[in-house]
Amino acid sequence: MHFDELIGHLGQHTVDGLSKGAIYALIALGYTLVYGVLRLINFAHSEVFMVGTFAVLILWNQLGVENNPPVGQAILFLVLGLIVAAAASGGTALALERIAYRPLRRKNAPPLIFLITAIGLSLVFVELFGQVLPKLLGGVLPEAFGRPRQIVGMPTIIQQETLFTIGNTAITNIQLIVFVAAVAMMAVLDWFINRTRYGRGVRAVAQNPETAALMGVNQERVIMLIFVLGGIMAGAAALLWSMRFGFTQNSIGFVLGLKAFTAAVLGGIGNLRGALLGGLFLGIVEVYGATLFASNWEDVIAFVVLIVVLMFRPTGLLGESLGRARA
Amino acid sequence: MIDKIRSADRRRVSLLTTVGDRWRALTKWQQALGLAAFVAFLYYLPLLGVPGLTWLRTDSIEGGNNWAGVLFVCAIYVLVAIGLNVVVGLAGLLDLGYIGFFAIGAYSVALFGSVNSPVVKWIQQEFNLPPTWAVTWAICLFIAIVLTMISGVLLGWPTLRLRGDYLAIVTLGFGEIIRIVARNATGLTNGPVGISAIPGPEGAPSPDNKVFGLIDAKPWYWLAITFVLIMVFLVRRLEHSRVGRAWLAVREDEDAAAVMGVYPFKFKLWAFAIGAALGGLSGFLFGSRNAFIDPTQFNANLSILFVAMVVVGGSGNMIGVSLGAVLLAYLPERFRDFADYRWLVFGLAMVLVMILRPQGLVPSRRRARELKDRAAEAEEAPAHV
Repeated sequence: MHFDELIGHLGQHTVDGLSKGAIYALIALGYTLVYGVLRLINFAHSEVFMVGTFAVLILWNQLGVENNPPVGQAILFLVLGLIVAAAASGGTALALERIAYRPLRRKNAPPLIFLITAIGLSLVFVELFGQVLPKLLGGVLPEAFGRPRQIVGMPTIIQQETLFTIGNTAITNIQLIVFVAAVAMMAVLDWFINRTRYGRGVRAVAQNPETAALMGVNQERVIMLIFVLGGIMAGAAALLWSMRFGFTQNSIGFVLGLKAFTAAVLGGIGNLRGALLGGLFLGIVEVYGATLFASNWEDVIAFVVLIVVLMFRPTGLLGESLGRARA
Repeated sequence: MIDKIRSADRRRVSLLTTVGDRWRALTKWQQALGLAAFVAFLYYLPLLGVPGLTWLRTDSIEGGNNWAGVLFVCAIYVLVAIGLNVVVGLAGLLDLGYIGFFAIGAYSVALFGSVNSPVVKWIQQEFNLPPTWAVTWAICLFIAIVLTMISGVLLGWPTLRLRGDYLAIVTLGFGEIIRIVARNATGLTNGPVGISAIPGPEGAPSPDNKVFGLIDAKPWYWLAITFVLIMVFLVRRLEHSRVGRAWLAVREDEDAAAVMGVYPFKFKLWAFAIGAALGGLSGFLFGSRNAFIDPTQFNANLSILFVAMVVVGGSGNMIGVSLGAVLLAYLPERFRDFADYRWLVFGLAMVLVMILRPQGLVPSRRRARELKDRAAEAEEAPAHV
């Protein structure tokens, strides 16, 4: 137990946790949106994120991005990366919905069947990027798909440096970008769901599908919309991840997806602002825990937090609601 | 393409039903005779030399030893499938962390039975025992079952009140926790180094062991299949008892079951504990056969493979899940050239089975009826689509 370390650098650990949690929160939005409308855990959402990171990787490789490009170029690469990752992730999420979930919904299948299908899909994607694509595209894109299942590095777009220090807390440029970008994306999504016509449709279907259908809301379109929105958020998370950590692998989705789901449950699944709160909370708890014990206990801490929260507050910190209330 | 699969599938199912009906139409002694012949065949299997059936063998060299090893893996996976079937198929609780119990079973024989384990060393020091002392295999078996049952109850107590899909994620987390603890708690489990010299029925592995050696897998298979047969018998009795009916009632409708005087939480906990014990037994056999374990052998993929066995085979039906387990353990070995793609194939199989035949390859008759009802409901109310 390293209490001194934790208390002494509390600010630093909080900042680290926030920038870590921001990425969890972005992925958590995908779980929360789908769950809020369909009451379905889209287990394959972690793979939607993974596809996004590979899209960024391939894009940067094709553009021939080198380490530490000039600022103008860096911004261009990031914006292009965001577009490509959002398109790839959104497309993947939509494909999952169309190919797998829709036939099941038609049959009125029980929830467990959805979940098992989602697990199968997740496995298919992990293997596709770990085994099949390296064999098929290994020659065309050796940087992305060289050896099967390997970790692939990406160029450093932004050199990490300390922007300013408050007390003994140093805030780096990457941390700031990740946090601000994530919160901005979430603010846009929140506005979209709460203020626009489409968003009203989403909330209506979440509240009561039959009544919404009677009022002329096209349910299928709403379902497609939430999958795409969740995918876009995962794509944004994929870009931020690529920028911050600079690597990807076919299996990164698993643990990250589990954490993001934990974050969604923590905040109250189906609740957009809850996802933000849950993500940030989980990020901070993990960093604190890793400081107190050791960094290899980080994952255990996340799962223990999940179990404890579900025991005492099964509806999460802010309660479950996409349709009801404002959030 | 999909239509062709569907029609082939329909023919297969009608064949299965005819076989099933014929079997049930046989007299009691005919059934007993058939069963005895089947059991005898199971014991004969590792020696398999019947012309025409030898292509089943998986040996890389003619008359090699690999076939018995594969059969052993099939047998312990069948044990896992039977245990998980109690949890998933009968009680309807999706447990994605079953690997955790498997790992606890394997680690209990390693920690208490091997002279290289920190636990045994600590006991030796505390009680001034000779450095060759360790807990005997038979007592380890007992410890494994007790420990896994306790861990099943410990996991179930806080989590079984949760909704089904939450439970799935929490159990997945549990499996990971067990693996990470095994990796990080070096003082208890030797961490990533692993534990070697895990004993078998004859004691620690050594060249003097006459029956349960490291090379010949046949005795191990016979041991495992004996456990499988005993457990099949016990679980079958349980399934057709009051407890089994209570599980089905809870699975179909928890509230209705509670109104009828079946306390759902109690029976769910029982299912969890019994399922856990079977997983632990399987892990125990795995540990003693391997003689060496480390945390990387218990990753989450294996947990998902276990669920795939139950689901693909036909959850709720013991024959179905056993078939699923045998197929999923055997096929990658037989078609080793494609072994790289096995996870891909498992994933695709899970998705296809769920979309085309959610009741599995050999469906439980009750479960098939339930799914049919739901499909009929969906057709009556097209507004939901």
